[in-house]
Formats: sequence, structure tokens, C-alpha cells
Amino acid sequence: MKRVYVNENRCLGCHLCEYYCAFAATGQSDMSRALKGKKIRPRIHIEEVPNSDITFAVSCRHCVEPLCVKGCISGALTKTDGVISVDRDKCVSCYTCVLSCPYGCLVQSESGVVDKCQLCLQTAEGTPRCVDGCINAAIIYEER
Amino acid sequence: MSLNYIYPDNEVVRNYDKCICCRACERQCANEVHEYLEEADKMIADDAKCVNCHRCVSICPVRALKIVPTDHEFRKNTSWKKKDIYEVYKQAESGGVLLSSMGNPSEFPVYWDKILLNASQVTNPSIDPLREPMETKVFLGAKEESVKRGEDGRLITKTSPQLKLELPVMFSAMSYGSISYNAHESLARASQEAGTFYNTGEGGLHEDFYKYGGNTIVQVASGRFGVHREYLETAAAIEIKMGQGAKPGIGGHLPGKKVGPNVSRTRMIPEGTDAISPAPHHDIYSIEDLRQLVFSLKEATAYKKPVIVKIAAVHNVAAIVSGIARSGADIVAIDGFRGGTGAAPTRIRDNVGIPIEVALAQVDSRLRDEGIRDKISVVAAGSIRSSADVIKAVALGADAVYIGTSALLALGCHLCRTCNQGKCNWGIATQRMDLVKRLNPDIGYKRLVNLMTAWKHEIEEMMGGMGINSIEALRGNRLMLRGVGLTDVELRMLGIKHAGESA
Ligand code: SF4
Ligand code: SF4
Ligand code: SF4
Ligand code: SF4
Ligand code: SF4
Repeated sequence: MKRVYVNENRCLGCHLCEYYCAFAATGQSDMSRALKGKKIRPRIHIEEVPNSDITFAVSCRHCVEPLCVKGCISGALTKTDGVISVDRDKCVSCYTCVLSCPYGCLVQSESGVVDKCQLCLQTAEGTPRCVDGCINAAIIYEER
Repeated sequence: MSLNYIYPDNEVVRNYDKCICCRACERQCANEVHEYLEEADKMIADDAKCVNCHRCVSICPVRALKIVPTDHEFRKNTSWKKKDIYEVYKQAESGGVLLSSMGNPSEFPVYWDKILLNASQVTNPSIDPLREPMETKVFLGAKEESVKRGEDGRLITKTSPQLKLELPVMFSAMSYGSISYNAHESLARASQEAGTFYNTGEGGLHEDFYKYGGNTIVQVASGRFGVHREYLETAAAIEIKMGQGAKPGIGGHLPGKKVGPNVSRTRMIPEGTDAISPAPHHDIYSIEDLRQLVFSLKEATAYKKPVIVKIAAVHNVAAIVSGIARSGADIVAIDGFRGGTGAAPTRIRDNVGIPIEVALAQVDSRLRDEGIRDKISVVAAGSIRSSADVIKAVALGADAVYIGTSALLALGCHLCRTCNQGKCNWGIATQRMDLVKRLNPDIGYKRLVNLMTAWKHEIEEMMGGMGINSIEALRGNRLMLRGVGLTDVELRMLGIKHAGESA
């Protein structure tokens, strides 16, 4: 299965991937209109190692044995063809998954229900926007 | 003193309807131009620090930025342009020599743009490069004057060492120190893939790049930095740098702050010390002295590698090259007055040397007249911008060209011309690790290979149009060139006819 991989040697810490992620979630066609004046809630985030130049992107790894799915009490999180997705109508905002994920990859959406990276498979482009938007090929989407 | 005479050259224009305050511009500008104002939720910019490198412009996700030259002006004055006035201000303030980067930007004629190419019509057929073989390969090095046969009548094919290029374009000397590790890696890998050569410049060769030795030309310059046995042995050819187009007659100076552990090891000088290349080679004061160095280097490498001598195009270039051809050098590289540099005194860069087009034509004619053109290959450098310039250079008499600035542009350089400040936002002319990282060699080398591939196609197309199927047949073929808007003297110097004159 194709997954998102990150390369900390290439990451520049520009945080643009976060904005592209947030933009993808809006489903809109104009980034300014979609994000202007809003606080973004990206499903990828940049970790900055203190006192160093090291930064890297963290997003859902679509684990083979996803602890988030195991912990989910409402059946909102499911695994289909290796992709872990969330059914936002089913999520009851208990945040058990937020606590279970070892990588901190689940986020709270504006409405309170949980949101996560679904590889942009549901968008018009169908490929992860963070990967397309990264300015230094520090995030790659590939089969390994 | 707080009184500042200089008004910033550039203005950073932000379209606030578009800006989403992502702060990427702030994070990526090494000159610290942009700043986020928390309380106003607004980005602001300090124009005075902007060097116009377009990094922020290129990465802004909503294309909210542009950099425009300021329209703030002095009263009109033909003699005293703003640039002249500001240079006086700067020197009155600093008391120092003005420094500049990249090539001469002043308004001297660009002869490439005043030369047109020929094409076949009716009486001689053009060739379709997509259907018929087209040869862009060239060999650099001294050629035999005549075919020799042994007693058995077989050809004796032993020639002096040659460099084989898939197309007549090489990457010119740019030292590790003046450009980054990642820039060097990109150039080395691209040379290997494209079948050409890159040049270490005078900064030595990082040990990681020995594996690209077959595509590496190493330089021996007046500072002798990083020259040792393995360095010479690893290389495909050795270049003696006598001069550089951007600063003929002037040495080099890499400030100590750029001499970190890696650069120090590669150059074989103590960390943090200034790397000073003297203006002359202190052991070369004549062609005979040059001959000694040429043969010392040949001896040291068992006569297996061609030796290149690189000089700046100066007034007497033809006579000098005639001497170099007799010194035993296999290749001469001539760098025109527009050639780029990491740093040069402004007055030298903008006022010394001659155009490469004229120098090249003069050199080729002189060597032919003296019957020694085959003794040496000629490489032209200094402001080759496109495949059309390459074709014109070959037709004027070059065996191949060196490109420096075009290669850096392919790597992302935006010609802000502040390389000497060491804060290149594109990761090229810098040693700051956080900036070097911005040039991803996996991307960089592919862009260089793409450029070479594209130029090769274009070269083939132009050759085909002229009915020529081998680049060798174009070399020095000045009948393929016509000048437009040139004076009689200029045409004579270039050795070409004016448009409208028939063969
Ligand atoms: S959200 Fe966390 S636990 Fe769930 S699949 Fe992604 S990385 Fe694994
Ligand atoms: S866009 Fe790429 S370089 Fe920038 S922070 Fe994200 S992963 Fe790093
Ligand atoms: S990069 Fe563009 S959108 Fe982001 S803060 Fe700068 S100007 Fe605004
Ligand atoms: S110096 Fe470069 S990155 Fe900084 S504001 Fe100017 S153009 Fe943008
Ligand atoms: S190499 Fe970098 S600093 Fe030099 S001109 Fe190009 S972008 Fe500017």
C-alpha cells in the first residue's frame, strides 16, 4: 500500500504542508478564500526539535495494527484497504483515539468530532495535498 | 549615526486580500524581511533588507507576494545615475572597495543577440534530427596533425588524452566554499548522467565526490588549495586557473567565516582562516613557466589526463592563447567579461576584460593562421545563456562551452547577486546548513540533466536546419553566422558577414 513517508533531512520547517492539508479539507478551489482569517486544523503537523535545525512532518501512518481503531468506542474509525478513515457522523468525541495514537495524529475538528489524515483519497486530486505542496520533496507518497 | 543616505532598491508588495498569514515567507527569508504581527494578525515587511531573491515569492502558497523596484528616484541626470550616486554614498560611509556577485550587469553589447544563424532552403537539404542520426559528441584535447600508419599499414590510433562530451557543454568552475555541498553534489551527479564534466573550482574536492571523478575537472589555482596526489589522480582532467572573466588580474578571497570544518578539510587550510588566492601564480611569469606547471601536472598523472589552462578574455587574448597552445596544454578555456563570480570588486567586474564572442573569434582565427588550431581545444565561457548561444559559440570557433550561471539558475538561483553575503536563500551560495538543505540534490541534479537534455535537442534541431549532422562540422563555420546592427569593425573582429551579404 502507498503510504506517506517523511524525510527529516529534507524538511525545511516551512509549515506549508499544514496549510495545504487544511486547504484540502475545505474542498474549496481558492486557498485564500478557504483559509483567510481562519485558524487552521491540519492533520499533518511539523515537529521542531528544540535547539536544532531538525524539523519533520508527522501524519497518520495508517498502521497495520491501528490502536486508534482498536480503542474507538463507536465504530467511527475503520480500516478499509489499509486506509484508516473516520466516519464523522459516528464519532461521539470521546477522544479515546486521540489518547491511543502513539504519534498524536488525530485532531479535533471545528465541530469537535475527530479528524485525521485520509490520504486525500476523497478529494478531487486523489493524492495527498501535503506531498504535492511540499517545497523540498520532504514528504513522499509511495509504495515501500 | 542614524542618518541613512540609501533608500531600499526593492519594495515588497503583499496582496493582503490573498495573504493567509501562513508565515512561510517569514520562515524562509534568511534576510529576515517578513514578520508576523500577532496583535494585528498581519504580515509586514522590512524592504531595506530584501535582496530580491524571490524565495518568498516562489513559495507563497497563494501568490500574494511580488518584489518591485522602487520608483523612488533622484532628479533626472544623464551623467549621475542613481547607481553612481549610491556607490559614492556607500564608499563615503564604509571607506571600502565595493564588492559584487555574479556577472557584469552593465549595458555592454551582447553580441550573441546580434548574430543570426543560417538554415537550408531548396538548394541544400535540411536534416530532420528525429529521423536521422545527429552527432553532438565532442572530444576535447590535442588532435593529431596527420594519420599515422605502422609498418603493417595499420592506423596508429594513440592520441593524447581526450575528454569525451555527449554535448559541447560543461559546467564551469565553482568552488566548494563559494557554492554549497548540495550544489556540488547536484553538478557532479548531473555530469555523470548527462555525459559531461563539472569543475571543482579552486576549492578542492570533497572526498564524498571522488566517486564522480570520471566526470570531474579539478582546478589548480594560485592558492593551490586542496591540491594533492589523489585529487589529481581522481580527476578526468586538470585545469590551471590563470584568470577568471569576472575579475581578470585579481585573486580570490573566501572569508574565514565560510571556512567551516568541511571546507577547511577540503581546502587543506585551518578552520576559520581566510582563503586568499593571490592574483598571479607566483611561479608563473611567462609561457615557459606555464609550460613547466603543465608538464609537472602531466608528469604527476602519468600523461593520462588532459591539462586545461583557463584565462580571462583580455585585450591580448589571441597572442596569449597562441602561447598557451605552445605550452603543451591540451585545452584552453577563455572566460569572457560577463562571467559570473561569488564575489569580485565591482569596478573590476564591470570594467575589465572583453566580450567572449570577440575573444573567441580572434583566438580561433589566430590559431588557424598559425596552423596550430588542432594542437588545442578551445572552450568558451562567460554568459552562455541558451543552446542558441552554444551553437553560435561553436560556429565562432569553440569546441565546447562552460556554463556557470545557467547551471545555477537551473538549481534555483534567482540572480539576486548577493552571493558574497553567504545567505543564499536557495541553498546555493551558502555554507549555512539550514540554507544548504533547501537545495535538494535529488531534485537539483534532475533539473540540470533536464536542461542538458533540452539543449541537446535544440542543438540538434538548429544543426539539422543548417543541414549539418555533426557538431564538428559546425566548429568555426562562420559562414553559418550573420551579424545584424553591427559596425564594420565589429563584423571584422567577429569574422562574420552582415545579414544580407551572401556567401
Ligand atoms: S491515527 Fe495513529 S494509531 Fe491510528 S492509524 Fe494513524 S498513526 Fe496509527
Ligand atoms: S512543506 Fe515540506 S519542507 Fe515544508 S514543513 Fe512541510 S514537510 Fe517540511
Ligand atoms: S507566504 Fe504568502 S500567504 Fe504566507 S504569510 Fe507570506 S505572503 Fe502571506
Ligand atoms: S530577500 Fe528574498 S525571500 Fe526575503 S523578502 Fe526579499 S525576495 Fe523575499
Ligand atoms: S546563487 Fe543565491 S545568492 Fe547568488 S545570485 Fe543566485 S540566488 Fe542570489
